[in-house]
Amino acid sequence: MTSLVQHVFWLLLALLGAFALGSVALAQGETVNALWIVIAAVSIYLVAYRYYALFIAARAMQLNPLRPTPAVRRNDGLDYVPTNRYVLFGHHFAAIAGAGPLVGPVLAAQMGYLPGMLWIIVGVVLAGAVQDFMVLFVSTRRDGRSLGELVREEMGYWPGVIALFGAFLIMVIILAVLALIVVKALAESPWGTFTVVATIPIAIAMGLWMRFVQPGRIGLVSVAGFVLLLLAIVFGEDVAASPRWGPLFTLDGVQLTWLLVGYGFVASVLPVWLLLAPRDYLSTFLKIGAIVALALGILILAPDLRMPALTRFTDGSGPVWAGALFPFLFITIACGAVSGFHALISSGTTPKLLDNEKNMPLIGYGGMLMESFVAIMALVAACIIDPGVYFAMNSPAALIGTTAESAAAAVSQWGFVVTPELLTQTAKEVGEATIISRAGGAPTLAVGMAHIFSALSGGGTAMMAFWYHFAILFEALFILTAVDAGTRAGRFMLQDLLGTFVPALKHTGSWTANVLATALCVGAWGYFLYQGVVDPLGGINTFWPLFGISNQMLAAVALMLATVVLFKLKRERYAWVTLLPTAWLLVCTLTAGWQKLFHADPRVGFLTHAAKFQAAIERNEVLAPAKSIAEMRRIVFNDYVDAVLTALFIAVVVSMLVFSVRACLRALRHDRPTARETPFEPADRISTGSVGRGV
Amino acid sequence: MANELSTLLRTLRQAAYLLVGLPDYDAYVAHMRRAHPQRPVMSRAEFFRNRQAARYGGGNGRCC
Repeated sequence: MTSLVQHVFWLLLALLGAFALGSVALAQGETVNALWIVIAAVSIYLVAYRYYALFIAARAMQLNPLRPTPAVRRNDGLDYVPTNRYVLFGHHFAAIAGAGPLVGPVLAAQMGYLPGMLWIIVGVVLAGAVQDFMVLFVSTRRDGRSLGELVREEMGYWPGVIALFGAFLIMVIILAVLALIVVKALAESPWGTFTVVATIPIAIAMGLWMRFVQPGRIGLVSVAGFVLLLLAIVFGEDVAASPRWGPLFTLDGVQLTWLLVGYGFVASVLPVWLLLAPRDYLSTFLKIGAIVALALGILILAPDLRMPALTRFTDGSGPVWAGALFPFLFITIACGAVSGFHALISSGTTPKLLDNEKNMPLIGYGGMLMESFVAIMALVAACIIDPGVYFAMNSPAALIGTTAESAAAAVSQWGFVVTPELLTQTAKEVGEATIISRAGGAPTLAVGMAHIFSALSGGGTAMMAFWYHFAILFEALFILTAVDAGTRAGRFMLQDLLGTFVPALKHTGSWTANVLATALCVGAWGYFLYQGVVDPLGGINTFWPLFGISNQMLAAVALMLATVVLFKLKRERYAWVTLLPTAWLLVCTLTAGWQKLFHADPRVGFLTHAAKFQAAIERNEVLAPAKSIAEMRRIVFNDYVDAVLTALFIAVVVSMLVFSVRACLRALRHDRPTARETPFEPADRISTGSVGRGV
Repeated sequence: MANELSTLLRTLRQAAYLLVGLPDYDAYVAHMRRAHPQRPVMSRAEFFRNRQAARYGGGNGRCC
């Protein structure tokens, strides 16, 4: 009886979600309140968790609360520690949620709020959360091994090397795109640049304090760091206005690129405690705080959406990024719907901290639902600002020019009526010289967040500029942390990979090997960053789809691994759980990859674009935006590099597909499970000290 | 009541520390006392340095 009552409750919740979704989707011409989107998302998340996640846990995974986890079996108080599930949830969420879920939905808003919203919700329930959850399961059953090791063990040596190579390429593209977002946000913005630069001495002071004065205490010093950050934002306005200091912090994209590349190299060879760790603490606390504040802000303010449900750009003619709704929407929103990068986290620290298998759905599936919710909030923040402002901010200068007048005219012509006065006034309110052509997501999100926060804090437009720069700082801070940590991680991956061929390079103790690998890694993402910054279409246009393709392909690889494991466990009747999202991701990424290579529209296809410029070079004709034949040649060269990269991604994912199918067929021929799980060991047989790793 | 409050505060502090990858020092000490009474236990400062190096030293990436 009670169980029936419970099901009725969930049914009502499902109906509420369906009703909210219906009101959002079917509102014809009326304004829709953002709360409907939030209600639709949250009720669908809860129902999906209650039924789908628990179904996967009970049937496909057959989780066993009596089976000791790696944290219990190998407890050492350091790497392996059984942890309270809510504490672990926070850790896992902080590790997976970065800039991705904040940027993708903002860019996707060019098609209206509806396509992005539907993909975020459906994608997370059937693909993203399933992926995180399955990888956590596979890794937890194997002593918390990493994705690369898992692929090697379950599928073979070469699939492992290929997966590692794919992960390195993805890392390079992610770092380039993230750095590009920072450059786009800080170019010609002395206020923003000053606050971001100020984080470096603040972090170093914190690092020294935590190292030598109060080791191991991070609370007070983080609060102090936060206060200093706020002061940096407040004084940033004066610095920007000062005739002496303002020009010093007014940098263009190319200058910022060189600074970032230099910074990336220096920061990633410094000791971690000096800069990386303290800034990581600041950025993590700020990130969680800002996300909570944004959620509360949307709930309290209940703003109306001003972006239409669908815009005319669903046909692929959009100015923010090129390509039609299928497949490019599903590429543009990666994090928040499904993100392959999470496979590295779910097979990293999290499985070593899980105290009981029964908490796996909450951490694996629930953590990703939470990230999806962040993506929904980012979508809301982008859709509550004036659509005309949105398009002026996100369209490349090649399309809308560089003045408020030209931008307003171009955007109004697309059907999003906006006056030049509104554009200059918005720029003035947020304390910037201009907001035109600031693609990259961060500035748009910052304007949305500034609207919400300044309405809440009651400061009217007086507080807009503060909150705008707060939002920029919050994103730049954790992007810089990701660039720093990612360069280190990329360096290790590279050393591991190169070590396969030249064993000497594997020595992470060798200074030469380290510096060489770091330089290669920084050089790789720096090259793409530079290319993106000088790209007349704004870079984001080219690179965000590439990032999406690579990220979704890693997700496909992780889901293929999960499928192989299900087959090897002889549970192929539940393999549709992972096959369904794998198939969808393969269709999307391979179509998108193919189109990026061969599409007849030069805005989409790299090779067509190259051919167009090559033909012009042969006619000795200079095509805008290039200013000389040499620049034309560089554009052609860059197109070929991008094409080769895309082809490599396709090669990685196709070869992984072949290996997976082979592994599944082999598993089918066996009459008993062949998966290599750590054998079950009853809890009472574990003497807590026997496997301690010592210190 | 006061007891519950202090448990709550403790959990919150653990959560904040683990957000940035620092496991609980008290849990580590308790584990060492129980499981390896003969081995030396790191001081809080040593533990902190050890964990910082472990978090950023290996190939652990951060998400996008």
